[in-house]
Amino acid sequence: MSTLLDVAGVGKSFKGLRAVHDVSFQVSEKEIFALIGPNGAGKTTTFNLIAGAIRTDTGGIRFAGRDIVGLRPDQICDAGIGRTFQIVMPFPDLTVLENVMVGALHGETDVAAARRRALDCLALLELDTRRHVYAANLTLPDRKRLEVARALATRPRLLLLDEVMAGLRPTETDRMVAILKRLRAETGLTILLIEHVMRAVMALSDRVLVLHHGERIAEGTPEEVTADPAVLECYLGSAPV
Amino acid sequence: MDTVTLLNVLVAGLLTGCVYGLSALGLSVIFGVIRIVNFAHGEILVVGMFMALVLFRWIGLDPLLSIPVVAAVLFAFGYLLQASVIQRVAHLPEHMQFLLLAAIAIAMVSGCLIVFGPDAQNVQLDYALDSFAVGGLIIDKTRAYAAVAAVALAAALLAFFRFSGTGRAIRACADNYLGAQVVGLNVSRLYAFTFGIGSACIGAAGCIILLLVDVHPYLAPGYTLLAFVVVIIGGMGSLFGALLGGILIGVAEALAAEMIQPSLKSAFSFALLILVLLFRPQGLLGKAGR
Amino acid sequence: MIDRLFGDLTRAGLAALAAFVLLLLVLPGFATGYILSVTTIILYLAFVGQAWNLMLGFAGLLSIGHALFMGIGAYASAYLFARHGLPPIVGLIVGGGLAVAVGAAISALAFRFAIGGVYFALLTIAFAEFTRIMVDHARFLGGTEGLFLPVSAESRQGFDLFHLRGRPEMFYYVIMLLCLGAHALCRWLLTSRAGYYWRAVRDNPQAAEALGVNIFRYRMYAVMVSSGMAATAGVFYAFFYNNLFPEQIFSVERSIEMTLAPIVGGVGTLFGPIFGAFVLTPLGEVLTWAIEWLQHEEIIGKQVKVDGVKLLFWGIAVAAIVLLQPRGLWPWACKRLGLIRAPEDREEGR
Repeated sequence: MSTLLDVAGVGKSFKGLRAVHDVSFQVSEKEIFALIGPNGAGKTTTFNLIAGAIRTDTGGIRFAGRDIVGLRPDQICDAGIGRTFQIVMPFPDLTVLENVMVGALHGETDVAAARRRALDCLALLELDTRRHVYAANLTLPDRKRLEVARALATRPRLLLLDEVMAGLRPTETDRMVAILKRLRAETGLTILLIEHVMRAVMALSDRVLVLHHGERIAEGTPEEVTADPAVLECYLGSAPV
Repeated sequence: MDTVTLLNVLVAGLLTGCVYGLSALGLSVIFGVIRIVNFAHGEILVVGMFMALVLFRWIGLDPLLSIPVVAAVLFAFGYLLQASVIQRVAHLPEHMQFLLLAAIAIAMVSGCLIVFGPDAQNVQLDYALDSFAVGGLIIDKTRAYAAVAAVALAAALLAFFRFSGTGRAIRACADNYLGAQVVGLNVSRLYAFTFGIGSACIGAAGCIILLLVDVHPYLAPGYTLLAFVVVIIGGMGSLFGALLGGILIGVAEALAAEMIQPSLKSAFSFALLILVLLFRPQGLLGKAGR
Repeated sequence: MIDRLFGDLTRAGLAALAAFVLLLLVLPGFATGYILSVTTIILYLAFVGQAWNLMLGFAGLLSIGHALFMGIGAYASAYLFARHGLPPIVGLIVGGGLAVAVGAAISALAFRFAIGGVYFALLTIAFAEFTRIMVDHARFLGGTEGLFLPVSAESRQGFDLFHLRGRPEMFYYVIMLLCLGAHALCRWLLTSRAGYYWRAVRDNPQAAEALGVNIFRYRMYAVMVSSGMAATAGVFYAFFYNNLFPEQIFSVERSIEMTLAPIVGGVGTLFGPIFGAFVLTPLGEVLTWAIEWLQHEEIIGKQVKVDGVKLLFWGIAVAAIVLLQPRGLWPWACKRLGLIRAPEDREEGR
C-alpha cells in the first residue's frame, strides 16, 4: 500500500510552550489510523497542523506526494483532506441538509448535484430523517454525525476525525464505528482519527500512534500499543481499557 | 511657519487632546469591561453639553462647576440604560447590539432636536477671551482650564480603577467574566455601574467641551466618530491608550488645521484611523490578539 | 427554475407575491401624485435595503458606511451628466465600477488583515466619512455648494429613459423594476453556490473554510455585489432628486437610513427589506400628518420639528425591534399568514 499522508518531524510551540515536538508518522491508503494520548498530548494541534488551521514551526507534511505546509484550510480541503472539529461547529441557521450541501458544493458543479450528494452522505450517516431540522436544534450525537457527513461530502481522500465519539453512549459509539467501517469498505476512504474512547479505537484502527507531552512514545497495532509498558505508564495506567 | 506659531499650535492641540482623551475614556471603559461598542457616545456627550448649557442659562453656573451635577445625572442614566435595556441584548450577535445603541443614539439626538432646536448655542463666559502668556506662548484660558479639568478627572478615574474596591472588582469582571461570577461578584450590577461611570465621564467631557465649542444636536455623530478614532488608535479598552490617542489626535488635527486647511482636519483623523485599523488593529497600547 | 427561486413560498405566498407585483404595475393608473412619490421612495429604500442586507444578512458583514457606495454612484453619474452630458448608463458603468472597486479595495484590506465584526463596521464608516470630507473639498464635484443636474419644466413631462429625464411615473417604474430585479437577483444568489457559501461563512467562518470555502473570496464577492447595487441606487437618487450635497449623501444618517428597512423587516430574509420599507415609510408619513394636525389644532406648538419627531420614532422603532423581535417583522408575519413553507414541505413540488 502506498503512503497517502507523510508527517515528518513536525513541531509547534505556543508562546514558548511546546505543544508538538518532532512528531512523524505515515498513513497508508485505505488505512484507519488513530492518534491517542492523554489530554494535552498535542493530538488536536497535530490535526490543526495537517488541516492548515495553524502553521508548523518545523518539519514537513506531504499529502499524496505533495507538500501541503503553508496552504490555507480551504486549499487543504481542495487537496483532498476533510476534517471535523472536536468542538462541533455546525452552521446553526442552516438545515442539516444545507449544512451538508455546503460541503458537497465543493467539487460539484451545480447545486442540484450537490444536493443529491448531500442526501447520499446523510443516508450514509443515518441522518436523512433529520435533514430539514435546523442544525441549532440537533442533539449532540446528531451534531457529531453532521460533522462527519459534512466533511465526507467534500469528497476527501483522507478524513480527519477529531473525537467524533466523545459524549456518545456505547450503542451510539458502536453505530458510528459500524458507519466508519462501512465507509472505508464502500469508498476506500483513508481515516485519521483522534479518539479517547478506547472501545472505538480498538474496534476501528489498523494502527495507533500514542502521543504524550507533544512527543511520540509508541506506534503499532492496537494490541501492540496497549501492551507497551511506556504507554501503560503514561496513559493507560490511570485508565485501563 | 515660525517656531512660536508652531509651538502655539502644538500646545493648543495638546490641550484639546486632553479633553478628547477624557471623552474617549468613557467609550474605552465601557468597551473594555462590557465589550459593547457604545454607538450612542456622541449623543450622551451632547446631552451633557445641553445640560451644562441649561444650568448656565438657568442659574449662571460655569460649565466646569456643573460637572458634578451633569455627571451624577448621566451616571444614573447609564446605569439604568445598561441594567434595563442593554443587558437584555447581551446574548444577541454583535451587530444587533450595535444597532440597538445606534437606535438609542437616534432617539437621543432627536430628543435634543425637539427640545433645543437645530441651531448652535453657546455659553458666554467672562474669561472666554482671556489668555495666559508664557514666554512667547499664548494659551487661551478656556482651553487651559478645560485641559486641567480633563486631566484631573481622568486621573481620578484611573485612581478609581486602581485603588477602590469597586474599581478592582470591575477590572476583575473585564479580565475574566466567569471567574468574577464564580467568586461571587454581582456582574450585572458591576456592568451597570461601569456603564454609569462611562456615561458620567462622557458627560463631564461634554461640560468641558462646552467651553470650547458651540452646541447643537448634529454634533453628536461627529463626536462618536472622533471618540472611536481616538480609542482605536490608542487601543480599545486601554485607559492610558485613550488618553494618548486623544492627545495624538488633538495635536494632529491642530497641525492639519494650521498647515493645510481647518475643514480638512478630520480627514486626517480618519486617514490615521484607517491606517491603524489596517496595520495595528489592537491600537497603539492595546493588547495584541483580539 | 421557478421552483428553485420560489421554492420557499407556499401557494398563498406565491399568490401574495404575484398580487403585490401586479399592484405595483398598475399603481400609477389610479394613484395620486403624492402616493406615487411616497411609493417611489419606499421602493428606493427597499432597493438599497436589499443591497445592505445582502452583506449583513447573507454574508454576515456589517457595514454602516454604505452611503459611501451609494454616493459614489450618485456623484459619478451626476458629474458625467451635468458636466459632460453623458447619459446615466455611462454614469452607472463608471460609478458602479468605481463603487465595486472601492468596495473590493476596502474589503481586501480589511480581510487581508483579518479585521472583522464591529471593527469592519468602523472601517466602513471611516471610509465614508473620509470620502465625505474629500468631496466637500472637490471643486469639480461642487464641494459643499452641491452638484445640480440640469432639469427643465419640459423634461419633467417627458419619458426619456435613456437620459432619465421624465415624469414621476417614469422614475416610479425605473425604481420598481430595479427593486424587483434586486429581489430576483437575491433569490438567485441565495440558491446558488455563493448563497450557500455566504450563509456558511456568516454562521461559522472556520467551519466553512475547512469545507473548502475560500472565505476571503466569498466575502469580497458579497461586498462587491452589495456595493454595485448601492451605486445603482445612487444613480437613481441623483436623477430623481437632481441635487447632491456631500453632507447629505455621505452622512452617517444616510448609511443608517439604508439599514432601517431590512432591520425592521428582518435581516437575512429575502423579502424583509421590502416589507420593512413598506411598513416604515407609511408610518413616517402618518406621523408627519399627525404632527401637522396637532400643530394645526394648536395642541402642540410649532417649535416641534417634524424631522425630530420622525427621527425619535425611528430610534424607538429600531430599538423595539432589536429588543422584541430581533429576527424582524417579516418572518413573524410570514408565520402568521402562512406565506413561507417549512423546509420539510419544500421537498415534493407543490
